[in-house]
Formats: sequence, C-alpha cells, structure tokens
Amino acid sequence: MANLKTSEKKSKAQSMGLHTEVLTGKTQQKFFNPDEAENFYYFGTYDVDFNKRTEIDVKNMDCREANKKIDELMKDGYGTIVIKNPQGKHSLGVGILNKLNLIFEGSLGYFGCGSMDGPIVRINGRVGWSCAENMMAGKVVIEKNAGSCFGAAIRGGDLICKGSVGARTGIDQKGGTIIIGGDAGAFTGFMMQRGRIIILGDVGINLGDSMYDGTIFVGGKIGSFGSDAVEAELTDSDQDWLKRKLKVAEIGENFDVSKMTKVVAGKKLWNYDALEPTEKKGAI
Amino acid sequence: MCGIAGLIHRGNTSNVGFELQGMLQALKHRGEDSTGYALYGKTDGQNFIMRFKVGENVAEGSSSVKEDVSVYDERKKIVDSYLSKLGAKVIKEDRILPYSLRYEIQYDKDLMEFSQKIESVEGVEILSMGKSLEVIKDLGNAEVVCNRYNLDKVVGTHAIGHARMATESGVDIKSAHPFWGYPFSDVSVVHNGQLTNYWNNRRVLENKGMRFMSECDSELIAVYLAEKMRNGATLEEGMKESLVGLDGVFTYFVATKDSLGMAKDTMAAKPLVLYESDDLVAMGSEEIAIRSILPQEIETYDPFDGEVKVWQI
Repeated sequence: MANLKTSEKKSKAQSMGLHTEVLTGKTQQKFFNPDEAENFYYFGTYDVDFNKRTEIDVKNMDCREANKKIDELMKDGYGTIVIKNPQGKHSLGVGILNKLNLIFEGSLGYFGCGSMDGPIVRINGRVGWSCAENMMAGKVVIEKNAGSCFGAAIRGGDLICKGSVGARTGIDQKGGTIIIGGDAGAFTGFMMQRGRIIILGDVGINLGDSMYDGTIFVGGKIGSFGSDAVEAELTDSDQDWLKRKLKVAEIGENFDVSKMTKVVAGKKLWNYDALEPTEKKGAI
Repeated sequence: MCGIAGLIHRGNTSNVGFELQGMLQALKHRGEDSTGYALYGKTDGQNFIMRFKVGENVAEGSSSVKEDVSVYDERKKIVDSYLSKLGAKVIKEDRILPYSLRYEIQYDKDLMEFSQKIESVEGVEILSMGKSLEVIKDLGNAEVVCNRYNLDKVVGTHAIGHARMATESGVDIKSAHPFWGYPFSDVSVVHNGQLTNYWNNRRVLENKGMRFMSECDSELIAVYLAEKMRNGATLEEGMKESLVGLDGVFTYFVATKDSLGMAKDTMAAKPLVLYESDDLVAMGSEEIAIRSILPQEIETYDPFDGEVKVWQI
C-alpha cells in the first residue's frame, strides 16, 4: 500500500473535500513517472477525422462483430460513427482507446462502453448494468434510464444519465464525474474512492456506504446514509463547480444547487499503515 | 445465474407461448439446464387443468436415475385410481411424453387434500393445478422445451418463465422453475437469486403442513406466498412481507389467474428490466428479453431496491 501523509497545504480539490491524502509510496513513483515514455503508449490508436462520418446497422451483428466493425472504421479514419439498431445488445462500444464521436441510436445492454479511454458517446436510449465500467476518460451521455452499477470503477471522464439509474451507481469509483438527472437506487457511491457523483433527484438507502473518499451531491431526498458517509458543508466553491458541471453536461442547467446535500467519507473506517508491503513484511 | 421473463396483456389476449419462448431464448446464455413456462391460457374456466409428471427426464445432463417406462405406467394407473376415489372426473387426458401428462378435471373440493393424495404416489409431482395456469418445464433451452410441448400456439393473457443454470440443486424437472404455489389454484413463481434462510423457513412451513417437492431454494418463495395467502393476505401483502421474511438476493415474479407481480430484494442485487404500457407489461433479467417481442425503441427501466409491483389483466 502506498504511503500516506497529510498535506499541510491544501489544494483546491482537497478544500472541496474530494480527497485528503497524498500518495508518496514507491508504487506510485514507479507507475506514474512522466519520464517513462512507455507509460503513455497506447496500443491500437488511430488518427481520425471527426468530419468523416458513417453509419452501421448492428441489428444482425453480435457484439464482437459490431465492436470489430467500429475498430475497422476508426482505422479507416472515421471520427464520427452512428450505430443503428443496437437493440439492447451487451458489450457494445467497449475498449475504445481513441478520440471518437460515437452515437448509438437505441439502447444498450450490459457493459456498454466499458473500459474506454477518450471517446465522446451519446446513447439515445437506455443502458443496462455496468455502463462505462472502468472508463478512463471521455464522455458518455445517456438520454434515458440506466441499470445498476452505472459507472462502476470509472477512473475519469464524465458519465451522464438524463433519466434514473439503478443500485450501486459509482461503486468503486476512482475518479471522474457521474451525473444523474433523475433518481438513483440503493448503495450509490458504494466503496467509492475518489471522484464525484451528482444526483439531481432522490437517492435510495445506504448512500456512500464504506466510501473511502470522493464527494456525492444529492438534490432530492436521501433514503439513508451508509456506513461512514457523512454530510459536509456545501461551500461556494462547490456550488460554482456544480453550476459549471451541470451546464456543460446539458442537464439541470437551472437546478438550484444551493439546496443540494454534500456527502463525504467520515473517515472512521480508514485504516492505513505507513509501510510499503515489503517494509511491512520486514517489520513483521 | 438464471434468467426470468414475464409478460401480461391487459384487456387482451395474445400468443403468450410464442412470446415467452422468444423472451426466454434470448436469455439462454443465463442458463439452459432447464426451462419452464407458466402460461395463463384462454379457457372457459370450468375445469381444472392438472399438469403432472410421473417420472423425470433422464436425457444427457440429467441428474435423475433412469427408470423403465413401465414404472411410469404403473404410477399413472395409481393416480387415475386416486382421482376416482377423490371424486375427480377426468374430462380429457393427454400424455405428452412418457413422464409428462395433462389432465382436464372436474373437481370442486379441497385442493390440499387432493394434492397430498396424488403426490403420495412415489415419483409423482403436480407441476400445476389451475383453471387457467399450466406449468410446463423440462430440461433444455426455451426453444427445445417449446417444441417438445408445442407451446408456441398457446393463447392467453399472461405468462412467466425461467431459464435455469442449476447451481444449488439437481438438473431435473422437480428443481426447475416455475413452481406452483401449492395448494393454491393458478399461482406460480419464478426466481433469480439465492435465498440464505431457506432451511429455517422450510422447517417452519413444513411444520405448518406445507409441502416441498425439491431442495431448490426458489420453491420456498412459492410455498411462502401460498402460506401467507392461506392466512388471508393478498398477493401484494404476501410479496411485501417476503422482502423481510426471505433473506438473500432475489428478483422474483409471481402470477395468479388475473395478475402478475414482481419483487426485488432490498439490496437490488439481481437484475430486472421492465417495460410498462397501458396494454402490455413485459419484464426480464435483461433488456434483450423484452426486445425479442418489442424490437422498436421503447422506454424501459430498472425497478429500485425493495420494490413490489402487481398488475391486473
């Protein structure tokens, strides 16, 4: 486990309660050394032109064929791809590590747009469980409702659902922003570690259960707080950020953010030690 | 994993056998050890329809012991004699497969006494008893079972079904869903999930005189609801009580002669997608089940944790 220490000088993110710890462990130093170019190499990225647009009908394709077709089109330089008749199929639009405008004219099944890094996706329907799971960067906008585990373990990017979402939204979230226009189910923000969740409607029971860090903003009623989730003061800085974020997300632009409830980790469950695994082993 | 699907036409009838087959076949990747249908057909409502089995399907993959067909014949004879003793008159008899039968019966006495007598014959199980309900379940995926029993022509108002991946009990018909809500006419249940207080509840219910035919935890839901209704609870009340009384993770459907209901546990751990309009409600473990009958763009949603809904025909 990475070393942790409390920083005396707070960054803006820290002052907003987004996180408090500073990582100084060897693991962090090793994997995030900006001088190591290979850390930034991506397999399978293409130069695409956003003005080069095409459509594919996936009605008679399975998810492998559809995803392969998207990859081939990107390889040919298409920067805007419209997918017709997705009809609730699972695992469409996954693993795209590229700039791309991807538009789904219909609904997706499970794991839609998972493990992607960079695309801007618009889904003119609903999505099933685990939409955008593990997303690194990019933007996904869903026009209707979403299933459970929405944005599970996302690392970055913006994930926006204009309707309501199921249970465990933002479970294990590690970064990025999830915005919900409607209501959210039980265990929203369960074990989230960083990032932000905005819910304009009501939220179910056990909100932010066992959350490690990060922030949840709720516009409506809260079913109940989960273990170690506590209400925090909504600052001017928070409100400015919320207004900007909702405007950019094209959702709830006129929403009164001053009445939102801010939820953060109470940190009673925090149980770190200050040693790297190897050091710990030596100490034992 | 298992997949469940259900639909109800409100104020109308449709080819529910064909529709449910499509929905369950779309979910076959969730399990195809066995598939079951509970179809609520268009009948005159005069006679009971009893679906029962006198043996198991012992095809490849089955966990049942092979028996000679003569054993099935002998069991059928005993059932016929018991029906006569009970004062039940068999109006029509179909032996669809050596081990699977369908009787139309005139009977107006207590169903519990009736069921106990019939099921006292070794190897005999009533799969369903009702004036509208017919439960058909067997090994294989939805298409296989549908073709085996000619279900695609069945017209009715509503239906629920189950595609099973056997995890905690055998690959056999007795563990397959749907389960009949013994001893209630026209009650059936399908379930996706695991119940962790199965044995505690089973012991309590058995002491109250309820019967279990399998060791499948899902059977508990049917028996639990039947017992609640026997004590005067409405279907919806029984379902709401089940959210507290049943421990574990579950999404289940229950159907009666004129209604269809769904319940989801308080942790919303099991999936369900729902489409609701004035004339049709369709739901399933995954959206692709609904898409098999409604390929156009539709509004669907996931019910929230602890939600119970009941629709009438």
